[in-house]
Amino acid sequence: MQSVLGSYFPILVFIAIAGVIALALVLGSVLAARQKPYPEKLSAYECGFEAFDDARRRFDVRFYLVSLLFIIFDLEVAFLFPWAVSLSHIGWFGFLSMMGFLAVLTVGFIYEWCKGALDWE
Amino acid sequence: MIASIAFYVFAAILLVSAAMVVTARNPVHSVLFLILSFFNAAALFLLAGAEFLAMILVIVYVGAVAVLFLFVVMMLDVNFAELRGGFQRYLPVGATVGAVLFVELALVLGGWQIAPDAGQLRFAPQPPDVHNTAALGRLIYTDYVLLFQIAGLVLMVAMIGAIVLTLRERKTSRHQSIAAQVGRDVRDTLELVNMPLGVGVSEFYRPLVEQPPPLHSDQPVIAHAGGGHGDGGHHAAEKR
Amino acid sequence: MNWQLAWPEIALAVCGMAILIFGVLWKGRSNAFACSMLTAGAFLLAALLVLSQGGGLGYNGLFVVDPFSSYLKLLILAGAALSLILSVDWNEREGFQRFEFPVLMLFSVTGMMVMASASNLMTLYMGLELQSLALYVLAAFNRDDARSSEAGLKYFVLSALASGLLLYGISLCYGFSGTMNFADLAKAAANPAGVSPGLIVGIVFVLVGLAFKISAVPFHMWTPDVYEGAPTPVTLFFATSPKVAAMGLLLRVMVGPFGHLLPQLQSLIVLISIASMVLGALAAIGQTNIKRLMAYSSIGHMGYALIGLAAGTTEGIRGVLIYLVIYVFMTVATFAGIGAMRRNGRTIEKISDLAGLGRNDPMLALILVICMFSLAGIPLLSGFFAKLYIFLAAVQVGMWTLAVIGVLTSVIGAFYYIRVIKVMYFDQPEAPFDRRPASLSFVAVAAGLFTTFFFVFPAPIIGAAQVAAKALLG
Repeated sequence: MQSVLGSYFPILVFIAIAGVIALALVLGSVLAARQKPYPEKLSAYECGFEAFDDARRRFDVRFYLVSLLFIIFDLEVAFLFPWAVSLSHIGWFGFLSMMGFLAVLTVGFIYEWCKGALDWE
Repeated sequence: MIASIAFYVFAAILLVSAAMVVTARNPVHSVLFLILSFFNAAALFLLAGAEFLAMILVIVYVGAVAVLFLFVVMMLDVNFAELRGGFQRYLPVGATVGAVLFVELALVLGGWQIAPDAGQLRFAPQPPDVHNTAALGRLIYTDYVLLFQIAGLVLMVAMIGAIVLTLRERKTSRHQSIAAQVGRDVRDTLELVNMPLGVGVSEFYRPLVEQPPPLHSDQPVIAHAGGGHGDGGHHAAEKR
Repeated sequence: MNWQLAWPEIALAVCGMAILIFGVLWKGRSNAFACSMLTAGAFLLAALLVLSQGGGLGYNGLFVVDPFSSYLKLLILAGAALSLILSVDWNEREGFQRFEFPVLMLFSVTGMMVMASASNLMTLYMGLELQSLALYVLAAFNRDDARSSEAGLKYFVLSALASGLLLYGISLCYGFSGTMNFADLAKAAANPAGVSPGLIVGIVFVLVGLAFKISAVPFHMWTPDVYEGAPTPVTLFFATSPKVAAMGLLLRVMVGPFGHLLPQLQSLIVLISIASMVLGALAAIGQTNIKRLMAYSSIGHMGYALIGLAAGTTEGIRGVLIYLVIYVFMTVATFAGIGAMRRNGRTIEKISDLAGLGRNDPMLALILVICMFSLAGIPLLSGFFAKLYIFLAAVQVGMWTLAVIGVLTSVIGAFYYIRVIKVMYFDQPEAPFDRRPASLSFVAVAAGLFTTFFFVFPAPIIGAAQVAAKALLG
């Protein structure tokens, strides 16, 4: 257990340094720079203009479909990692069980392919 | 020592960011705090020795699920201010229920007794010299093969469901027909013509299929598949 | 490993995938119909496999096959097959005949069968998720209809919440007992005095999650809206198979691993049961939509069935199992009648629309009368026997109050069932319904005959329920 954590120690140090630097930059500008806020500073620059309306609007549902399908295959791939590293121990049975899992998802994949869910017009 | 400091730091950030998820005014900020809390949860998993879960949390939740959330709250036209409107009104009732639940939990926790050796007994012993991911792999695909296959079915049903609920056949849209594209032959588009001298194009050339005359002469003539323009050159028709 | 134990589930899942591929590749005009028929065939195959199976514990203790699970599986398959037959014609008339419908139903049934065979908290959860995920989609299947989409969304959000509670409970159970296996959990909970409060809290959360799935009060709030919004065959499916599976799971969990704690949990189950019976009887009175009425009716019926679990004896469990069979067939016959409610090609769901049915369609009206009387528990119809066995079991262990409340709520419930009959025969007649399709008549008559003549041949079902209950209690 300790050795596992030990191998992550550099990342912890990295995060700590990143945090310190980020904090230092923010605090440094608060402490050292002159603060003189006024509304004009927030207005659109020169010939830019204010936003006409909200950026949010009704959106085509197909974008969500693509991201949903992505998540599903992402999860499928997540199952491949432990399988790959332990393949020598789990033998043919483990191999075939993963093949079964992949076959199930391949059926789903064939379905969505034939259905045209992966097409973009 | 470092591990316990790290635990408290990550746990504190996790709690704070989780609270911010619910209280942040801007839903986009909520999702960003959610991502932060996922990261911290991953760090806690790591500290508990569950390396694989930590990485999966980052890959799946931060990489995919949270991005989908972000996508939804940024794109959807939902009036979040209106959704929050009831907050003030329901606060007393909600707070009462919350308080009751909290007291109940406190009572239960008060009666909690954890045996000193519980920790060692209750966690599945990790085989020595096998790292976490491999240890999981040795179990999932053999001992828990039934659950693993059901998980596959669940993912497939999710796929079917997503398509059933969202995919629509659009009558107006143009799809790329790959089979038609690949199956196209040279003869469908090109015709090599030897032009005899002194014969006009119009007398010689007869389109294979009658084509309506172009409405506006200034627009480019759309070449018809199956006919070549007899202006001496060869023109491959664009077929969509 | 003993992997042959899951043959019916494996066969069903493989058939489902084959049907999916067939449906998407064969673009004929009637591919929805063909897929429905193939799915019905797959249900039949699974039922035969269930019948031909021995028993045992397999997959490292994750999966158990015993008379109890076989009994539930056959009932689940029967309910699903009848809903499927009803759905074919309905979907065609509503214009959403798509081959995914039977396929989703099939995978949902696979999940329910896994639930029926669960002998580990993880199997329980996976089966439940497979079942629920397909059900969410089915509820929203008529996606161009706002009510159907709303039903799907509501069911999804609330059910996900319930799943979350269930998972939390499972994790607490695992944390405080160190196992998720039912047999080991039973050992861990063997001495009620020494059980840690954490385990109790976990069990209560599991109970809450399952109570949600059978829509027992106070976790019933999704039921009326979902029943009303979902397409009628889906509503029928919701009212039959998932209820059977969830109730079976509740029985198995409460009697098996937590059986030693049942005396402690009894008060909780009694409370849920009474609340469901009372709410089912009272809230149904004001309903004008017949599907909402059936929703409250199903809440009430689950309350009656829970009496048997509260009793906790072999008789009680047997009573619940008999109740489930009778409930499924009564519900199927009633929903076949609701499915026929269609005028000028439009679906109608108001109770007042039934006016004049006694004159326009005496056959259908008769079946509905039988169903309503049976749901109310009028003697000699099957609904009466269902309640009888339950109340007898309760009285045997001295739970007089529960039995009395059950009888009282039955009397109140009879009011609104009989009101439906009054509308059919004595109200100002309205225009007749559209001609009902043959498949609907078949389902209605088959289920109606069962409901009417249960008292002639109760022995096989009572015997099977007895064996199943014995198997569960060990």
